[in-house]
Amino acid sequence: MSRKKVQVLSIPYILWVIGFTVIPLLFVFAKASTNAEGDLTLEYLLAIFDPVHRKALLLSIALAFTTSLICVVISYPVALILKTSKFKNTKIIMFVMILPMWMNFILRILAIQLLISKNGVINHLLSMLNLPSLNIINTPAAIVVGMVYDYLPYMLLPVLNCVLAIPDDIIEAGKDLGAGRLRVFTRILLPLSLSGIGSGITMVFVPSMTEFVIANILGGGKIQLLGNVIEQEFSVSMNWNLGSGLSVALMVFVLITTFLFGHDSSGSNRNFVL
Amino acid sequence: MIRRALGKIYLGIVVLFMYAPIIVLIVLSFNSSKSRVVWGGFTLKWYRTLFESDAIISAFGTTLTLAFLSAAIASVIGLAASLGIYTMRKRNYRIMLFFTNIPLVNADIVTGIALMLWFVRFLELGITSVLIAHITFNIPYVILCILPKLETIDIRQFEAARDLGATGLHAFTRILLPDLVPGIMAGFFMAVTMSMDDFVITYFTKGPGVNTLSTLIYGEIRKGIKPEMYALSSILFLIVLITLLIVYISGRTNNNKSEPADY
Amino acid sequence: MISESETDPSEVMCLSKILIELKGISKTYDNTPVIDELDLSIRENEFVTLLGPSGCGKTTILRIIGGFETPDKGSVYFDGVDITKLPPNKRQLNTVFQKYSLFTHMTVADNIAFGLRIRKKSDSYIKDKIKYALDLVNLPGYGDRYPDSLSGGQQQRIAIARAIVNEPKVLLLDEPLGALDLKLRQEMQYELIRLKNELGITFIYVTHDQEEALTMSDTIVVMNQGYIQQAGTPESIYNEPINAFVADFIGESNIYDGIMVRDRLVNIGGLDFECVDEGFGEGEPVDVVIRPEDVELGDPASGHTTGTVTSIIFKGVHYEIQVESAIGITFMVQTTQNFPVGSYVGINIIPDNFQIMHKPRSEAEEILNINDYQS
Repeated sequence: MSRKKVQVLSIPYILWVIGFTVIPLLFVFAKASTNAEGDLTLEYLLAIFDPVHRKALLLSIALAFTTSLICVVISYPVALILKTSKFKNTKIIMFVMILPMWMNFILRILAIQLLISKNGVINHLLSMLNLPSLNIINTPAAIVVGMVYDYLPYMLLPVLNCVLAIPDDIIEAGKDLGAGRLRVFTRILLPLSLSGIGSGITMVFVPSMTEFVIANILGGGKIQLLGNVIEQEFSVSMNWNLGSGLSVALMVFVLITTFLFGHDSSGSNRNFVL
Repeated sequence: MIRRALGKIYLGIVVLFMYAPIIVLIVLSFNSSKSRVVWGGFTLKWYRTLFESDAIISAFGTTLTLAFLSAAIASVIGLAASLGIYTMRKRNYRIMLFFTNIPLVNADIVTGIALMLWFVRFLELGITSVLIAHITFNIPYVILCILPKLETIDIRQFEAARDLGATGLHAFTRILLPDLVPGIMAGFFMAVTMSMDDFVITYFTKGPGVNTLSTLIYGEIRKGIKPEMYALSSILFLIVLITLLIVYISGRTNNNKSEPADY
Repeated sequence: MISESETDPSEVMCLSKILIELKGISKTYDNTPVIDELDLSIRENEFVTLLGPSGCGKTTILRIIGGFETPDKGSVYFDGVDITKLPPNKRQLNTVFQKYSLFTHMTVADNIAFGLRIRKKSDSYIKDKIKYALDLVNLPGYGDRYPDSLSGGQQQRIAIARAIVNEPKVLLLDEPLGALDLKLRQEMQYELIRLKNELGITFIYVTHDQEEALTMSDTIVVMNQGYIQQAGTPESIYNEPINAFVADFIGESNIYDGIMVRDRLVNIGGLDFECVDEGFGEGEPVDVVIRPEDVELGDPASGHTTGTVTSIIFKGVHYEIQVESAIGITFMVQTTQNFPVGSYVGINIIPDNFQIMHKPRSEAEEILNINDYQS
């Protein structure tokens, strides 16, 4: 079989990409740069700078940033503990930690809602202990809790893979040259795990920033993230041109974050356990 | 040692955080009271009514059909594409990977909207459009599972088989394919998982009348949860647990070659 | 018979004092003892090589000296001070690791400066030291490169530079040349000897390569199964191996079962050979070692015994010949002469070239047995 003959095999995929990836995206651009009458306009592409939309964008970025940060803060110690404590069954511990990821996405959010809502499980427990109740449902904090719960595995996996892959002898070399525990951490472990943290941030930040489902369920529909605004333009207001314009803006921000934090083929991480 | 104990406690807290919501769902699925917090006694009635609910059963059926059909089609297209991409020269290889990465990097909401805008031009939104959408975002996962496997395969095996007189097709099915099976399986199951877990893209491309479990539950949450959903969660979690344990254990026994340590 | 004093390194290094002392070290991994009750003294300015097959405990000893492992029992003394519990970053020694272990996220210069910065040396001092170290390992001007862009040999030189700028009293080297190809390895051997002489510090070197050990060391410590088999100069270890394991591990050897007839006469395969060893009991079973280069082939008429050549391989400088002898044992012979397969030859060995060793008697000694180490 010659090269050429084998390459023919990818033709169905190429057609699929053109038909269902490239053309649809071109349609988004087309809708975004025209008005309802079909005339060219920059109005919708620049609509992101309207105060309402800008507010939604900034809130999205803020929540996504907070979520990513919390995920790093939770994940990194897990990685360090698994690395330094020399548990025998690291893989099993990782498996147990990310297993809930396979549970249906909407059900997971539903579960969080059960826990943190006003008359939910946590408040019930708190009142039994005569403690003040937790009032975060329908606030941005609730959305962050939901997003952290949902996306934590996407941070855990790359961070763990990266930290566990740091060779022990490099750490030993650091100690050998006189570095104490703190310096081994700041000068060797942390710099060497930046790539894992980077891809973790991409994998958490992007879905968090484009989120609308969690905001709808845990934010009570009152908190408008950019994702909510776009969704409503399509499902309620039926202004597809504006929705497309905002989508293009969203894509730009996604590309920027991906570019900033680096990205290694995001899908391959779920593969770890398999 | 204190450090070790603290470490274990920390890991325990993280695990608790991951599991507490699921445990609550499971407990509530056996609660005869409709209340979220008051224990009204043990019951299996939600499981019974779950199986009597046509909407849930049909949504479950749709979800499974979509997942396995889209994963199967994606696997075939993805496998063929991977073989083609593998033999491409660097520039074309890069271009193909770039396009493969688009659905992965792009926000689900944008992918969903883009497909919807395109579908409404020539297709009534329904099960077909959802299927095409799922295949579209599944193919990249398949390719990303198979391509790295291809890179690790010693192509000389294939050449040796040709040298010994095998036809190209024979050499492929007897020599290359067996080595690729783990990658294909991984890609297939990842695609199944992604399809079953997807809400956003389905939501935009499904049209009225079609419901997967995700879209059905989403609709219900806004109206108020029925306890059947807790029962459904428990069953789904059990299925996930058993499946992953099987995959994990079979995976472990397969690569249990530990190398001896040098002292 | 080898007396204790002949294998004592103090004879060679009688002027320098003991720098590192291991006393009664034991270490067990997963219920498998790796080192058992081991004593070892290393002198100042000595090039000591721990030599042995994989799993013999040599790397564990190095790691215990470096502070990366704590022994289950026993103590480590450095300059008379007990450092058994001291963490590696507090020890006055540095390690060159097998896999170089350079910090891939730092430049070569930053790698070298790592230890100096921790010791809060001034910038100008660090700059001078980097230049000095790079010159010393023959890589001047490489400071701005990243480790990934260097070859294996260059990376290993940087690893050495990174260790020696800290002016350790002892440099530990864990199979540092293991990953290099043969030619580079030989080059680096000379480099290391030069470095050792220029720096005037103690080198403790771990390897499984006997040639490396013989080339570089002042003292070789041959290990097997967690025990020290023999310690001494390369010459004494090569020429007077204390048991069959050492003989077999150092260089190639013919090892035969023999019986001591009386002083200076040993019987192998029913034939008596003259030797120079005394003090064995009459009729005592012994191991007899004959180096391949010490077997002389010639005219059958003048041979002490005779044999037939069964194979001959050209090895570059010499031929390696298998001779099936009339007394039923096979000799491996290295000679520069060519004897075609099937030739009928005479075999001679001069008395000096027999090494006679006691057979292991007790169970503890059984561990030293040659057959065990191959597992």
